[in-house]
Amino acid sequence: MPRPFTPKAITANALLEGDVIYLSATGEWVRALSDAAVFTEQAAAEAALAEAAKDRMVVGAYLTDVAPGENGPEPTHFREDFRRTGPSNYFHGKQEAAANV
Amino acid sequence: MYRYNDFDEAFVRERVAQFSGQVARRIDGSLTEEEFRPLRLMNGLYLQLHAYMLRVAIPYGTLSSRQMDQLAHIAETYDRGYGHFTTRQNIQYNWPKLPDVPAILSDLADVQMHAIQTSGNTIRNVTADHFAGASADEVADPRPIAELIRQWSTDHPEFQFLPRKFKIAVSGAEADRAVVRAHDIGLVLRERAGTLGAEIIVGGGLGRTPMVGKTLKDFVPLQDLLPYLEATVSVWNLLGRRDNKYKARIKITVHEHGIEEIRARVEERFAQVKPAFGGIDMEMLSEIEAHFAPPAFVTKPVDAYTRAHEADPVFRAWADTNLAAHKAEGYAIVTVSLKKPGQTPGDASADQMRALAQIARDFAHDELRISHEQNVILPHVHKSDLPAIHAALKAADLATANIGLVSDIIACPGMDYCALATARSIPVAQGIATRFNELKLEHEIGPLKIKISGCINACGHHHVGHIGILGLDRAGVENYQITLGGDGTETTVIGERTGPGFAYDEIVPAIERLIAAYLELRTGPEETFLQTYRRLGMDPFKTALYPEKDAKAGKEKAHAA
Repeated sequence: MPRPFTPKAITANALLEGDVIYLSATGEWVRALSDAAVFTEQAAAEAALAEAAKDRMVVGAYLTDVAPGENGPEPTHFREDFRRTGPSNYFHGKQEAAANV
Repeated sequence: MYRYNDFDEAFVRERVAQFSGQVARRIDGSLTEEEFRPLRLMNGLYLQLHAYMLRVAIPYGTLSSRQMDQLAHIAETYDRGYGHFTTRQNIQYNWPKLPDVPAILSDLADVQMHAIQTSGNTIRNVTADHFAGASADEVADPRPIAELIRQWSTDHPEFQFLPRKFKIAVSGAEADRAVVRAHDIGLVLRERAGTLGAEIIVGGGLGRTPMVGKTLKDFVPLQDLLPYLEATVSVWNLLGRRDNKYKARIKITVHEHGIEEIRARVEERFAQVKPAFGGIDMEMLSEIEAHFAPPAFVTKPVDAYTRAHEADPVFRAWADTNLAAHKAEGYAIVTVSLKKPGQTPGDASADQMRALAQIARDFAHDELRISHEQNVILPHVHKSDLPAIHAALKAADLATANIGLVSDIIACPGMDYCALATARSIPVAQGIATRFNELKLEHEIGPLKIKISGCINACGHHHVGHIGILGLDRAGVENYQITLGGDGTETTVIGERTGPGFAYDEIVPAIERLIAAYLELRTGPEETFLQTYRRLGMDPFKTALYPEKDAKAGKEKAHAA
């Protein structure tokens, strides 16, 4: 039996910087997972992914599991958590940018 | 040190120009990512978790001060002020931006460096003993051979699309400091009846199927070496599995066909390729060797060293731990630790790189090495200069006295950076080093090699660590398996798994229990961890690692009685 569809966001890396990016509800690529669109239906998620992957300024777009949180979607796997925040050995990834907002 | 000739110079410049065009076409949309990916990988450019990563070759780990200064300049100008030295004697930049990569490659070319063949299914950066040309136990300097192999293999038309990547390491001493038995081909230079040649070891490798290499031929004279290597790679290029990337490495080919069949095929191929060389390789080697002449060693008193060693306990601790025997009287080899407890193993800031370059310029014949253990070597240092070197290293926060000890850990970048990783390595290494620094037990524990990989590809060489740690993803949680008894020297052994893995917050206490058990079990301070393990086997260490299992077994036994 196929697994039930769980909420997803669309993520990729930006072509120029390699930075982790997410697709927003308005179809723009944003830097923060909290601003990402959440897809709760498989067909819509796959259609959006197919369209997003055509953008030549992004690399390797894929669907990633997310869970709703107080400030928008949250990652459900530690890999995506590291992608969201940046490496844990230096305070100079996205965590630094977030702290300077 | 090798200096590019006109051909090398033109070749590297042409590659920079070619790749610059490819980057421009990727950005303007003329190339798709699918088209661009193999081109960027051919030039050492990966796309990792958070950013691009550029892997720069440091052939056989040898660098001049000028080259080290340029690496610092790149770190500062195009990256985030640091670089990461790897177990393949490369440097990796973790944050370059795609439009900047052509400029980085051009800056590298200015100091005769490049990133060619640091990725892809080709012959990778050739590594060598980091004490080459300096160590007291050396038969011959392995670097001229490594440079000859670099020249032969770079853009070799037959070997650009091999079944998988191919790694060659060269050692010129009996003591193996290049892990030659864990490479696709390992060469050990030997002298036989006044003739220099090499033992050729084939089919070693770590990764998901770790294997110790087998001797393909115990002695190949130098004049046959390059054609013999060509024959070996050629045989694998034909036989190597292309249907399954996990079975493509030469270790699997050797395993599936048997070393005798491989040897027979190599001999047959060697007879075919040998005439094509016609002695040109030996002419090239002769020219290369002239670049590796030893520096002019001097004879002078070592009083300053002796005085500092007697009077300054901090200097003494550093000197006793970080120096190795040099072949010239009055000289020493200095290993500079990039493993200060809490630091990311192998990272150096731009300022530290510049400090190392200046120290090498002032005191060490302008030469540095990068070791596969992610440290920096000053290969030729007169002992009288050691107090001044130590002071300069202290000023640069590089005077950690821990070479070969518990905090001198190899760790791959792991899931903090690497797209292939399944768990983090760096914070585990930091946690272990910090814990033993707090316990102040490091020197009492003595020689101990801990190696950590964040995935099964084993870039952290965990299989050959006395204590190996492999980070995995178990049902969405970081989990760490431990292996014991690995050895990456001339007596290479693959470590054995202890049992179930440990959660992230359990792994440092588990390592602490292991080492506490060793301190209890050893016959005395002279018995190393590895010797104790070899004497007693896995069981007492398992008991230390899994005390709850023993307690449970004890309860069940009591209940049954």
